[in-house]
Amino acid sequence: MTTTDVAAFVGRYPFRSITHGTADWLLAQMDRLGIERAWVGHLPSFLYKDPAPGNAELLQIVEPHRDRLDPIPVVSPGLPRWEDDANRAVELGAPAVRAYPMHQGLDPCGGEMRVLAAALASMGLPMLLTVRFEDLRQRHPEDRASDLPPSAIRTLMRSDPELRILVTHADRSFIEEVHFGLTPTEAERLLWDISWIWGPPENQLAAVLDSMGIDRFALGTGMPMRVPDTPFCRVELLNLPRSEEDALFGGNLDRWISQYHD
Amino acid sequence: MLIDVHAHFYTDRSGRSDWQEVNAARLDAGRMIGITSHVASILGTWGEHSPTYFPSPDDVTHANDRMVELAKTHREVLGYCVVNPNYTDHALSEIKLRLKQGMVGVKLAASRRANDELLDPVAALAGEKGVPILHHVWHHRRRDWPGQEASDATELAGLAGRHIATDFIMAHLGGGGDWAHSLRVVRDVPNIWVDLSGSGVDVDMLEAALSEIGPQRLLWGADVTLGTGWAKLRYLESLGLQNDDLELIRFGNAFRIFPEGVFHDDN
Repeated sequence: MTTTDVAAFVGRYPFRSITHGTADWLLAQMDRLGIERAWVGHLPSFLYKDPAPGNAELLQIVEPHRDRLDPIPVVSPGLPRWEDDANRAVELGAPAVRAYPMHQGLDPCGGEMRVLAAALASMGLPMLLTVRFEDLRQRHPEDRASDLPPSAIRTLMRSDPELRILVTHADRSFIEEVHFGLTPTEAERLLWDISWIWGPPENQLAAVLDSMGIDRFALGTGMPMRVPDTPFCRVELLNLPRSEEDALFGGNLDRWISQYHD
Repeated sequence: MLIDVHAHFYTDRSGRSDWQEVNAARLDAGRMIGITSHVASILGTWGEHSPTYFPSPDDVTHANDRMVELAKTHREVLGYCVVNPNYTDHALSEIKLRLKQGMVGVKLAASRRANDELLDPVAALAGEKGVPILHHVWHHRRRDWPGQEASDATELAGLAGRHIATDFIMAHLGGGGDWAHSLRVVRDVPNIWVDLSGSGVDVDMLEAALSEIGPQRLLWGADVTLGTGWAKLRYLESLGLQNDDLELIRFGNAFRIFPEGVFHDDN
């Protein structure tokens, strides 16, 4: 089992200053917290009209650290020749690609996203979707994109029987609405990070682990925007057996990835 | 020691059947985290009989009664007296009664804007009694939000400026809204202390709080998400602060603004 953070970033955030956007800071936090690998996105790319330059910058940043940092390039299916970006991700060995329909002005479950979903499914490449970067209440006045809606995940999952989606930064109600709005077979192709699920006293994380099963969840921190200790503290407060902690921190992700490559 | 200056509890009139489990979960998690004191309030009936942020006098009385009981039965729990300042006489009589019963502060939520003169007698009485006011804040409130007459830091600073002998705790820097705006507002307001609680866990929020306010006016708290509170504490510890500064945030600053001798270190 490899402890893996599926929701890390490098780079700047367009709507406010980020103090720590470097790979070195990311690696230092990973060392501090015992995170062995991270799936790394390029933060500013979610607003780029053409994500290709952002992807190139991401690769440049993570290249010296490929033993620990996996690039997660962006593919924007509203652009001509977006297939080139997806193919390039496969060539690079990226474990997934990111898409940002809400920030790219795309219908999150419209034709372009469904075509991307089908393409990724046929390539065996998971799609990584982030529900939100910041709480709605704290956003910059010009940051007008809505949160990704749960209906988009349900629709995309139903659109292709081979598609896998990893969803980060979703809260309890979002996760439950999607999970129980899919068949068990559909829901098995989804993985959720735990970065936005509350712990005690409300015990929302314990509730979803109990109702959905621990297998459906993975570690995500949201650093450098969010304090990376958060998911670890939530899990520690659950007092889980070591085997279940291991599953959350990497075992589930390892199995989710490998079962589609066997 | 570790003092949570922003905690909440529930009662059988809080509109949720799991209220006892939630109260127990807070205390259990608190023990795991090492919280030695929960300074807490009950916001009326949390909407069951009157709105959470506009509690009726009856619901205020009920909440404070139950908060006093909780503090009596749990040595690690201390209470804020919740008031609705629209009922001035009731608010003042509650504060006088509850402080005699052992409560250690006043909780103002969002029943009336902080800079409204109706809050003056409450603020003056808290100052006279030597207890802080924990004031709910929506950081940089750009408009009215439903269900509450929330104040932002600018409005709280107006009240604090009129009552320089009263200590105010600006609630949950991580509780929603633009924390950067609030830090700018309260940077030079010496009687406003900043509570770090809330579900928000922005890395830069903590670092800005340290640089804008300094450890001398920061207070640790969790509010309704203990995991985020603990995570922020661990992250602060990782920043290499001097131990004295960390202790100020963990408990030292709370010692300065709450009445002497109210905190125990034997939990």
